Amino acid sequence: MSPKTLKYILKRIGLAVLTVWVVITVTFFVMHAVPGGPFMSEKAVSPAAQAALEAKYGLDKPLMVQYITYLRDVVTKFDFGPSLKQRGRMVIDVIRDGMKTSVKLGVVAAAVAGAIGIVLGAVAALRRNKLIDKIIMVITTAFVSMPSFIMGSLLLALFAIRWAILPANGATPQGLILPIVTLALYPMAYITRLTRSSMLDVLGQDYIRTAKAKGVSGVKIIFGHALKNSLIPVITYFGPMLAYIVTGSLVVEQIFAVPGIGRAFVSSITNRDYPMVMGTTIVLAVLIVVMNLVSDILYKVVDPRINLD
Amino acid sequence: MDKKYTMHVDVDAFIPATEEEKEYMVQMRPSSTFFKDGVKRLLKNRVATVSFFIIVLITLASVIIPMFWPYSYDSMLGVRPGRPVDASYNNLAPFAYGRTELKKIDAGERVFPHIFGTDSSGRDYFIRVVYGTRISLAVGFFASIIVLIIGMTVGSISGYCGGKVDLIIMRIVDIIYSLPDMLLVILLASVLKMTLGPALEGTALEKIGSNIISLFIVFGVLYWVSMSRLIRGQILSLREQEYVLAARAAGARGGWVIRKHLLPNCISVVIISTALQIPNAIFTESYLSFLGLGVNAPMPSLGSLASDALNGLSSYPYRMVIPAVVISLIVLSLNLFGDGLRDAFDPKLRN
Repeated sequence: MSPKTLKYILKRIGLAVLTVWVVITVTFFVMHAVPGGPFMSEKAVSPAAQAALEAKYGLDKPLMVQYITYLRDVVTKFDFGPSLKQRGRMVIDVIRDGMKTSVKLGVVAAAVAGAIGIVLGAVAALRRNKLIDKIIMVITTAFVSMPSFIMGSLLLALFAIRWAILPANGATPQGLILPIVTLALYPMAYITRLTRSSMLDVLGQDYIRTAKAKGVSGVKIIFGHALKNSLIPVITYFGPMLAYIVTGSLVVEQIFAVPGIGRAFVSSITNRDYPMVMGTTIVLAVLIVVMNLVSDILYKVVDPRINLD
Repeated sequence: MDKKYTMHVDVDAFIPATEEEKEYMVQMRPSSTFFKDGVKRLLKNRVATVSFFIIVLITLASVIIPMFWPYSYDSMLGVRPGRPVDASYNNLAPFAYGRTELKKIDAGERVFPHIFGTDSSGRDYFIRVVYGTRISLAVGFFASIIVLIIGMTVGSISGYCGGKVDLIIMRIVDIIYSLPDMLLVILLASVLKMTLGPALEGTALEKIGSNIISLFIVFGVLYWVSMSRLIRGQILSLREQEYVLAARAAGARGGWVIRKHLLPNCISVVIISTALQIPNAIFTESYLSFLGLGVNAPMPSLGSLASDALNGLSSYPYRMVIPAVVISLIVLSLNLFGDGLRDAFDPKLRN
């Protein structure tokens, strides 16, 4: 690894740390700008009890002190405080529980999207302007322009209600099939288009012609030269894909009632469970920032010719 | 010495042109402007032209139809003042009628049909879809304009000033760019929804609704960065172009260079990315509406219509399908038209 690459990686890590700090700070101050405070709930609380509650959670201290305490707890102990609506549970425990399901969902969706997308993209590029290429392109264009919540609802209406082949409730392993498909379709379509265009680009390169001229077999050209090199741009998509899957899972988990972190996030917004909203935002943001970092660095390491600055 | 000079100058070059030579200078056809060229290229692109007509058609329909339609988006047909609620108007199937309407038809009167039926509160669904389309388009359009204004101002300041100003602005842009936008959009939208509501009460903005305003604020805060990056890059690179140098060498002043060279080249990129921003904004609005953070009820948007339809999905699937199709059609044709614009007006960007 050249010193230049190392410098780039360090710079990217620095930016990522800064981003995470900005997310924590923005989340903290935005949530504290809400009038009323977290204990203004439907039940009337006596002023004495309110004061006692605020003292217990440290809400009577000045805002800056609260901020520094919060930042310290988050960074050193991953402690986001207790959940306000789910009595007796810490935010981090709720997040951890939700993550178990959501990570499964996201990883499978990403894997499916990657595998099918690359294959379809390669097929479309190799059969350029043939019927199969056109079919693939029309279908992927349709998928790319359809919001995930509409896709999810349509799949639900067709497979779970009209034909009743798959369960609509995402709490069971079988019920995860539809949410996974919903989440995977958009990235799959995107990866297909990305692979197709980059493969077409690679197939026009001189080294492919050289390989052909040398008599290398078609299979070897496709798998040894073309596919390998055309996957480089696909790597950069893995960061944005994770961001898409995370935000997509917010609605998809809602539609299919999957007990994951996305549904916990949405319900914490409607419940005004502030520590929960803050904690989930921060955890998901860190996840996205880290994935973007990894895919950027990977891109740079795989192909040192690329200058990302 | 003098003699040597005269030998270098070709005296023939100074003889007045003959009629025959002047012929060459006559324009065989009128010169085409950059804009005319672009339009010609755009019209040749069949996909982009069709998309453009679809967009115009949908926009016109969403503006004109509510003017003469006999039903309004928020009137519950079963509710009459001083009478019990007539539940026969709720959840009507397409082209079905409520009880009092059936009586009128029996009496020989003509009743305007409910093309898509009514929703669970007895509101005509067709006009709600039309109105929701109007709201979604308007939100997309204005959000893009806000992004354009902020992005253009910051980007051009950054590009023109350069130096420390540029450095600081670009670091801020870098950080905002790497923030997970959707999460912050949700966070900001949910917080602004609570804080803006009381603040707007009684003002002219109340009619628009706190949620749409908060959506605009969110867009103004988060989405200007890519636009400003684009414009800064454009201005920086255009300033160094050879034709700018050539124009300067030919004696063009700064104002001329900016008007004739920098702006026309910049503006195509700006228009294209604004056009591509609109479907993005529509997407985001529908997404937020679906999570319950979009427009204020009873105002419909395509996202909130789809979200409402989720509850009765097994009985009334068409209520989900209709807004879904409209939204996909709008987003798809805007994207295709934006791509066509880019190909026509900025061939350099083509990939």
